[in-house]
Amino acid sequence: MSARIQDDQRDTDLADAPLDAALRRVWDTPRGVWGALATVDHKVIGRRYIATAFVFLAFGGVLALLMRWQLARPESRVLTPDLYNQIFTVHGTSMMFLFAVPVMEAMAVYLVPLMVGTRNIAFPRLNAFSYWMYLVGGILLWGAFLVDMGPDIGWFAYVPLAGPQYGAGKRVDIWAQMITFTEISALAVAVEIVVTVLKQRAPGMSLDRIPLFVWAMLVTSFIIIMAMPAVMVASTALILDRLVGTHFFNPAEGGDVLLWQHLFWFFGHPEVYIIFLPAVGMISSILPTFVRRPIFGYLPLVLAMVSVGILSFGLWVHHMFTTGLPRLGESFFTASSMAIALPSGIQIFCWLATIWYGRPVYRTPFLFILAFFFTFIMGGMTGVMVASVPLDTQLHDSYFVVAHFHYVLVGGAVFPLLGGIYYWFPKFTGRMMSERIGKWVAGLLFTAFNFTFFPMHVLGLLGMPRRVYTYQLDMGWGGLNLFVSLSAVVLAAGFLLFFYDAVRSARHGEPAGDNPWGAATLEWATASPPPSYNFARLPVVRSANPLWEDDGVLPVAGGLRVDRRELLVTTVGDALPEARESSPRPTIWPLWSALATTALLLGSILTPWAVVWGAVPVTIALIGWFWPGGRKEEES
Amino acid sequence: MRIRPLPSLALLLLCGGCAGWQSALDPQGPSAQALGQLLHGFVLVLAAIWLAVLVVLAVALRRRSRATPQAADRHAGIAVGTACVATVLVITGLTLASYVTTRVISAGAEAPLVVRVRALQWWWEVTYPGEAGPDVVTANEIRIPAGRPVRIELSAADVIHSFWVPNLAGKQDLIPGRDNVLTLTARQPGQYRGQCAEFCGMQHAHMAFMVIAEPPEAFAAWRAAQQADSAAPAGAEEAFGRRVFEQKPCGACHTVRGTEAKGTNGPDLTHLASRATLAAGMLPMTRGALAAWIADPQTIKPGNNMPMVPLTPAELQAVSAWLATLR
Repeated sequence: MSARIQDDQRDTDLADAPLDAALRRVWDTPRGVWGALATVDHKVIGRRYIATAFVFLAFGGVLALLMRWQLARPESRVLTPDLYNQIFTVHGTSMMFLFAVPVMEAMAVYLVPLMVGTRNIAFPRLNAFSYWMYLVGGILLWGAFLVDMGPDIGWFAYVPLAGPQYGAGKRVDIWAQMITFTEISALAVAVEIVVTVLKQRAPGMSLDRIPLFVWAMLVTSFIIIMAMPAVMVASTALILDRLVGTHFFNPAEGGDVLLWQHLFWFFGHPEVYIIFLPAVGMISSILPTFVRRPIFGYLPLVLAMVSVGILSFGLWVHHMFTTGLPRLGESFFTASSMAIALPSGIQIFCWLATIWYGRPVYRTPFLFILAFFFTFIMGGMTGVMVASVPLDTQLHDSYFVVAHFHYVLVGGAVFPLLGGIYYWFPKFTGRMMSERIGKWVAGLLFTAFNFTFFPMHVLGLLGMPRRVYTYQLDMGWGGLNLFVSLSAVVLAAGFLLFFYDAVRSARHGEPAGDNPWGAATLEWATASPPPSYNFARLPVVRSANPLWEDDGVLPVAGGLRVDRRELLVTTVGDALPEARESSPRPTIWPLWSALATTALLLGSILTPWAVVWGAVPVTIALIGWFWPGGRKEEES
Repeated sequence: MRIRPLPSLALLLLCGGCAGWQSALDPQGPSAQALGQLLHGFVLVLAAIWLAVLVVLAVALRRRSRATPQAADRHAGIAVGTACVATVLVITGLTLASYVTTRVISAGAEAPLVVRVRALQWWWEVTYPGEAGPDVVTANEIRIPAGRPVRIELSAADVIHSFWVPNLAGKQDLIPGRDNVLTLTARQPGQYRGQCAEFCGMQHAHMAFMVIAEPPEAFAAWRAAQQADSAAPAGAEEAFGRRVFEQKPCGACHTVRGTEAKGTNGPDLTHLASRATLAAGMLPMTRGALAAWIADPQTIKPGNNMPMVPLTPAELQAVSAWLATLR
């Protein structure tokens, strides 16, 4: 056989074993350090992303314990006020920007290409770049904190406290640049997800057959693309105010301090849904597996997620109800904040109907869904309370709000996420997590969470403001605070057990097999863990639950070349095959580009000239990134 | 009108007897009363919904469906549709209740007492614009006549703060470059504690103030007394203390009317000893606490803007003795 013919070999020409060998040759990540740094495999990057996000979760949790230690007793002097303020700022910033948003995107980086049945995420090099940027942003924040330069102005960084006059030193600049790092990485992933979902779905996966987690990530990615620029504008304006003396936020020079709050919350409220929507997507994808029937209300669920996405941009003012905005405007935002209860309700009702007509199997992921119901719905109810302008004047900035958003974010996002980890862990690693430990983890976290955070509702109503490093003995808050602190220790023990189980199971867990739960979606149609090319032959989809139809035997599409990285591009609506598209090979340039961008951004904390000189290495790195290397992938 | 304790809820049982002097659960004015009622209404309705959902979930987990898929989908569709209609009705009801409460709270008050409150890191400057006589300037304590509406004009000198006296009203931010207003009324004489509710820096936790409601006559007498200059030193030690105060840097930041001290960075101390607390609610107003505060303000309230002024023990004694007489 001549080399010429081999060049053009297609998957249809080969039997399974030679096809596997041929695909491994072009898709496998090279071994060694270089391979690890240059990889563009969405699964490797996704795993890294998830692991890193959980490390930041653990770090943020340690800070939470330190705060609870300080608050356990009145007028305690465990932490100085300066350290406490750094700790609550880094806790909030870390949990929001380094854990919650990235971990959801990370799950999508790993799962979405598998769930839509393609071989790699769109723009794999951008994906690699986004991980490096995220990692550096996290190291920047935590490194600064460890050398006593952690930001101390809250994760919301209200001006003028964060402005040049009151936020002395470099702490605020570090916060603002950390935002830039994480926003760049979040935006990059969002773009990849949108393109992957719209253009790389398996043939036949029309819009009404997309798994609900993928729908959730599509909506989330659009929210990210529209919301994150607001906070980039805000943080850039803040840096300019601090670095070169612009006066965006200085009322003495015609600026406005409320402008910051508008910009920040125009991003900050959608941010909540950026975290929450992926979680509801996970529930919609996990639930059918454990009640043994398809989800009820696919279309209403999709429409609910889309309308949540749209409404989420009309709520930001409810973070500003006590700033003295005009009554009419406040009333409008009360109404819109209340209105989002409807699409949220629709999702709850559809899940209840699914369970009602299903046959529940009480495995660990399902237990986390039950914990979600109990906890998140309570958070939703208190959300209705803070949406009311008059009530919010009592609740705002008190511990009631701390309780509320932990119920929403932990109950509404972290519980489904942990359920998702237990659910997809076998796909990630090829091994099951322990069912026995998993039940302990779910029980401990659920109980300890409610013991930790429920009393905070009461503390808030008793007048305890947020973000106080201590409180006086005669306020009468001591007993509840001590109870909260002790419960927090149990909560931490639950997380510790989870980490133990994950680390242990990754090496010693039961081998899982391709589809241990008997699930319906495409990620279970390949091996666990999936080979580097995901699917040897691309699946063809004929229903919303492909593995539950036709005895789980999928028809496949053929005709892709096997001598270069190639995947299938399909139409947006009906996922009809359109073209073969090549997918890039590993390269070190995303890492260099991330390091060059890091140098620019870090330098700009010190001098505006860094933006000028720093542009040179960034340019060089980008030229290297796009330089044609004569590889087969670049021929097409 | 008699104040009825609000109906107790499971929420309140958890904190038996601790609805205190800084609590939204113990309303002592019409504004907080309206908010308290709204709070209880919301909690009852929402708790009922929460329970209902969990009951449905529990039933859903226990039952075994024998319905055909088609029938199941039809029934579920009807149930979900009904639940959505109910959601819309409840949301609309709660929204309307909120509007009504807002109208009640923001109804204009007749002939209110005007008090200007300016927030600074980390204390409150309180000014009573002169009705008859000069302005009264005090700090961290707002005296008001019980039963009369008080219009509080809020401004901020440095960063954003938030004014919150939960027993009397909801909170309102104080924002540089903006003027906000809050109207509150205390039905009965009493002491109500307030605290800054917007994170404002290092000592956000120690930025409290007292609202002291008094019978109208007592308030009028207090106001008249506050308009006077500081009292002349009663004895030799007090006179020495006053001289120390004037000669040391104290006067650069503090005003004591009737002396050389005319600074404006710190609280006006003309009638310092008439206040209930020291250092924005941190310490009781005693001579000992005054001495401790002056000797080492940075240990008591780290990061605050009062420097430690080196004084000999005798000077410290004298200054605190003199300040303790400024009633």
